[in-house]
Amino acid sequence: MSHKQTPSQTVGPYFAYGLTPGQYNYRFAEVASGSMADDKVAGEHIRIIGQVLDGEGVPINDAMIELWQADATGRYAGDSDVRANTGFSGFGRFGTGTDEENRFIFDTVKPGSVENGAAPHVSIIVFMRGMLTHAYTRAYFSDEVEANANDPVLSSVPEGRRETLVAMRNEEDGNVTYRFDIHMQGDAETVFFDV
Amino acid sequence: MTENDTEREPPGIGPRDWKSHPAYVSPEYKSTVLRGPTKPLVPITHSLSELTGPVYGAECVGELDHDLTRNGIKDGEPLGERMIVSGRVLDEAGRPIRNTLVEVWQANAAGRYIHLVDQHNAPLDPNFFGGGRCVTDDEGRYRFLTVKPGAYPWGNHPNAWRPNHIHFSLFGPSIATRLVTQMYFPGDPLLEHDPIFLGTPEIARNRLISKFSLDVTEADFALGYIFDIVLRGPDQTPMET
Repeated sequence: MSHKQTPSQTVGPYFAYGLTPGQYNYRFAEVASGSMADDKVAGEHIRIIGQVLDGEGVPINDAMIELWQADATGRYAGDSDVRANTGFSGFGRFGTGTDEENRFIFDTVKPGSVENGAAPHVSIIVFMRGMLTHAYTRAYFSDEVEANANDPVLSSVPEGRRETLVAMRNEEDGNVTYRFDIHMQGDAETVFFDV
Repeated sequence: MTENDTEREPPGIGPRDWKSHPAYVSPEYKSTVLRGPTKPLVPITHSLSELTGPVYGAECVGELDHDLTRNGIKDGEPLGERMIVSGRVLDEAGRPIRNTLVEVWQANAAGRYIHLVDQHNAPLDPNFFGGGRCVTDDEGRYRFLTVKPGAYPWGNHPNAWRPNHIHFSLFGPSIATRLVTQMYFPGDPLLEHDPIFLGTPEIARNRLISKFSLDVTEADFALGYIFDIVLRGPDQTPMET
């Protein structure tokens, strides 16, 4: 290769007015937020919620989470080279500094299976002060037991660590919430992929 | 997948070059010790989930978003040394990455961020916001007009100061090419004391330092700096069929 990759550096503690300005009440339009799907978007409307925990189990209040997913039929939005745009951008961003429990909160739709044999999942990118390079993980869904058992990526993960990649479904008053905590370190360290 | 879907498979992206990127745990930068993953990353074969990503074109960029000397004005011009930062976003084969979103944020000329949690007692500038964005052109080129950000103290160790820098966020064609980085300035004496800059492998550090350019400099107006950015890709291994 003729050119070398530009190194990553930390997002730092002050990303909010540049990357998540609306969520943090700065007067600058934002390109993405935690509100990924309005009522018009087809599919099962869900909330994905969780904390990012450091090596001592303390919730991190200055992480930024990005979420990328297919729509309810398993299609990714994008330009015409990839697949037809579905009207659902599939991309969300949320900083953990505005919720009193330092949670990230994404209101979206449950994705469909993208490819034969792949269980529904969302891709997650984790940025924070104290991390010089971002980390990738995936969240699968606890009610997709059979699909998860056959998913090639999940199956490639050591069995004892697979549960770190499964978001737990909870239904209350007709609202569907999936809980997905991200453990940066420790016995329950979330699986991060070399994407 | 149907045959048609296979034809539309996006191009492959080569691996992250770990010799170019900082390790997750870098003890001189203290917050990494409890925050960086410690278990080995799990390999993953790229699927559509990794080879696609959000597409943000010109429609999401406002008229003044690229001009930080004007996008935060309340009653005058921001203080500081006006500067232009421009460069090309390329892949590893040197091909331009067109129509990709570049987001920036930075401290003001006094070294103060507008962010509410920044407690440094340098003054805020009522006419400077510090955030901007633009989309690359057909040559992969971007351009921002701003003021040079100041250095500022931080709590990593006694008398710790961040060198002057501008934060950059880029997408490229997929989430696998995602990059968040920082641009530094040539000749900054703080670089050799900064654990964030020094957390980068030595052979790759100079890629984070912009170059002063008289060509980019505009007479009687603003100094010019060039900062080219290289994202991952393309994949050099033959495609599976």
